[in-house]
Formats: sequence, structure tokens, C-alpha cells
Amino acid sequence: MAPGGGRLTMISQELKNALAKLAVNEAVVPDFKDKGFHLDVAVAPDAVAPAAEVMNLAGFFLEAITGVDWLAEGQMEVVYDYNHSISPGRVVIRARVSRATPELPTISAIYPGALWHERETHDFFGIVFTGHPDLKPLLLPEDADFHPLRKDYTS
Amino acid sequence: MSVLAQCDSKETFVLNLGPQHPATHGVLRVKLTMDGEYIRQAEPVLGYIHRMHEKMGENRTWAQFMPNTGRLDYLSALSYNHGYVLAVERAAAIEVPERAEYIRVITVELNRISSHLVWFGAFILDLGGFTPLLYAFDDREIILDLLQAVTGSRLTYCYFRFGGVYNDIEPDFITGTLAFIKRLRARMPMYHNLVTKNIILVKRLKDIGFVPAEMCRKYGATGPVLRGAGVAYDVRRAEPYSVYPELDFDIPTHPEGDSMARYLVRMDEIEQSMRIIEQACTKLPNGPVMAEKAPKIIKPAKGDYYAAVEAARGSFGVRLVSDGTNTPYRLKLRSPSYSNLSLFGEASRGMLLPDALALMGSLDLVIPEIDR
Repeated sequence: MAPGGGRLTMISQELKNALAKLAVNEAVVPDFKDKGFHLDVAVAPDAVAPAAEVMNLAGFFLEAITGVDWLAEGQMEVVYDYNHSISPGRVVIRARVSRATPELPTISAIYPGALWHERETHDFFGIVFTGHPDLKPLLLPEDADFHPLRKDYTS
Repeated sequence: MSVLAQCDSKETFVLNLGPQHPATHGVLRVKLTMDGEYIRQAEPVLGYIHRMHEKMGENRTWAQFMPNTGRLDYLSALSYNHGYVLAVERAAAIEVPERAEYIRVITVELNRISSHLVWFGAFILDLGGFTPLLYAFDDREIILDLLQAVTGSRLTYCYFRFGGVYNDIEPDFITGTLAFIKRLRARMPMYHNLVTKNIILVKRLKDIGFVPAEMCRKYGATGPVLRGAGVAYDVRRAEPYSVYPELDFDIPTHPEGDSMARYLVRMDEIEQSMRIIEQACTKLPNGPVMAEKAPKIIKPAKGDYYAAVEAARGSFGVRLVSDGTNTPYRLKLRSPSYSNLSLFGEASRGMLLPDALALMGSLDLVIPEIDR
């Protein structure tokens, strides 16, 4: 039992090693109290699917996928939040793509829950998930051709 | 093997369920490909009540977003208040006085009971039983009165503040809450006798609508859906927040994974919430309900922050990205019903339509929280 009566566990060294092989720079291990997650790993866009495979084998579930538009840097970030329901631990996996061609592979073949999250991220940011079976609008109207969470979007 | 696999009919038709259908509880549309009475394929169509809360978050100050959080899940709005204030308090390093933490827990748990009571009534209504809804609303009305006295609203609460709560509770509130718990505890056996043990209900729910633990994991389902598949995951225990570590309560689970298991989990949770409230009322310390040093203008340090709470429907998470200014740079709302509904297509395949409606009811969907 962790202090406070909870079941907070550390992320296993095995998982850290597996993710370190995919990371573009050293993984951040923040203080959970300050940040709300246990491990933060930045990977290259083409490594999101192998990373999802690692998380899947470790028994994690996918909390959400979302984007962040870094307009000044000309980049878009895709953030994957993973969590474990038996030995809780939050792992954040993030990848940056260029704003001009925001494309990265889908992870929906590994986590079918990603089907909707990727459609939503496509709605809001215009990020294309290659290999997604049906990337039509989820929350926006079916003929929507705008991406409201882009920082340069004006209605 | 389902009945569908045994019959080899090549003729199918498309059936639109909703967006204005009583069994979908709000504006959810499900496009069903039917083979007679059996579902070949179910595709939920979302977005009918989409309001782009996340964009609104980027256009107002941290505090101004507060009312939005009460308008995601209209049945347990206080949990959503709680998730958001936790995230901002974490980002801006704000301490909360103990009395405020206890008040938060009492009100959130009352809200959870009222949410489960509405679900209970509406779920039985879906299955064709009208009367339990009236009984459940009778009990819920008392909770709404209690919460109205404290928060000023009956449904879309905006009661929590960064560093505490909006105002202190009166002694009447504690007396009223304990009296209500006594009343509800006396009525639970009646609910179980009238509904849980009812043979028609059992035949509609038992061994039907399986959502196993592995399916929950693949789709990210949490809350009573996951606990109804036997996994004791509850954010209140997994990532203890507020004063939950100081309170004694169980996490009810039922391993069957059928509609009945999810029904039983929620009924058990009502009892656990009552235990939490009783303990919190006894332990409630004196003191301020707002942190004295809570800043009026919030400017969290640059970076990412995450906070999650156990809402009535599962894990509600808030992911914040701050650029150090007085408005959020990015505000992501991870809502539980969204993930819980996303497994419906797979779970309902091959089911009879009326059974699938029972399955949908047992997921306890609140559409504004899915569409955001």
C-alpha cells in the first residue's frame, strides 16, 4: 500500500526499458502529486503503434487520445493517456508531427477504443491517422471542413 | 455462439434508433443493421448536443470555465466540478482546507446517490416498469432539496472553487442528510424486493449483455461497467484524492459481466456512498471552507497536468496544458460515458434488439457528457 491508503504503484522497470527503446529523448518521471501522471515518454510519430503494442502487452487501457496545437513551433502534438486498472499507473505517450502535414499511424487495430478518440482528434485538429478504417467526423457535423481547436481557427 | 450466427439470412435492413428515442435518454442516434430482430451491426452516431466545451475553455479564464463543468453530466455535476478543481489546484499548487474537503465528499456522494437513483428509475422504465421511477424520484427530490440549500442549484452545480467551496454548510444540512440516509436505508430493501428480485427483471438482465473485463480494457471502459466485469478499479482508491483515504468504504464488484452485474454494482454503490457520507458527517472538522491564500488570478506554471475523479459513470479526467497565462492553453475532458458507449457496437452484435436496449440502459449513458 502506498502512503495514503491507495494502490498507487510504480511503473515497472521492464515497461520503462521497452518504452526507452522507442523514445526520442529521455523519459520524464514526474512527481505524481505535482503532475498527475507517473511516466511521460516522447516518441517519434511512427513509433506510436509500437508503443501502443508495448502498453497493450503490459495490460494497460487507453484513457484518451488528444491533440495540442503548437502554432508558434509549427507542430502538432498527439497525446496518448494510458492507465492500468489492476496496478494503477498513468503513462503519457506523446508524438509531434509537423503542422503542414499532420499525419501519424492509427493504433485502432491494437485498441479499438482509439477509433473514436482518433476521429475526434481529426475533427478538432485535422490530424490524419493513417490506416484508420473510417475517419469521418464524430462530434462535428458530417460535412465539417474546419478544425476548431487549431489555434489559428476563427469562426 | 449467438443465435445470429446460426441463422443465415442474407436480408438485412437499417433501423434508426433515435436521435429522439425514449430509450436513448437524450439525443443519441444508433444506426442499426438488423437481421429480423437481431442486430448485425450497431453504429452510434454522436454529436447532436456537441457544444465544444474544450474550445470554450481556451477562451476564458481558469475560473470562468467552472460553470461549464456542471453542464457535462447533468446527473452528477459535482463530480465534474471536483475533477476540474483538482486539476487546477494541482497545476497552481493550491491547498484546500480540511473542512472544504469533507464538504466536497459529502456533496459529491449525495450527488452520486441521486445519479444512481435516476439511472435506476430510468433503466427500469426502459425495461417497461413504470412505478420504480416514481419511487426513485421521490427519494432523489430530497437530495436535490438538500443540495439546493447548499449550492443554490438543483442540477447544474457550480459549487466548488479553487481552494475550497463557495459557501459553508448549515447544521440543518447535516441533520437533513443523516435523516435522508436513514430513510433511504429503510427503502433499499423495498427496492430490492420490488425490483431486484423481480423474476421479469432477472430474466431480462441475467446472462445477457456481456461486457467482459478484456473488452472494457480495449475500449477504456471504467466505473460500474468495469466493476460489473469483476475489476475493482475505482479512482477514489487507485489514486486517492480529497479525504477518501480517511474513509472506510468498499468497492462493490460483480464478476459476471452481464447487465445484471452492472445493475447490482450500482445498487451496492448507493449503500457505500451512504457509508461515506455518514462517516464524513461525523468527522467533519471546523474551520474555513476556502483557502486563505487561494489566489484570485490563477496562472499555473507552464506544463501538463492531469487529474481524475470517480464520477458516477466512471473515471472522469481533466488534462490541462498551461502556457503560464490566465487562460488554459488546452483543456481536454476525458468523459467516462464516451468510452463506455464506444464498446456498444461490439457488445451488441448478434443481440436481440430489446436485450441491446437493456444493455444500453445498463451502461448508464449521459449524452451531453459524451458529446461535450
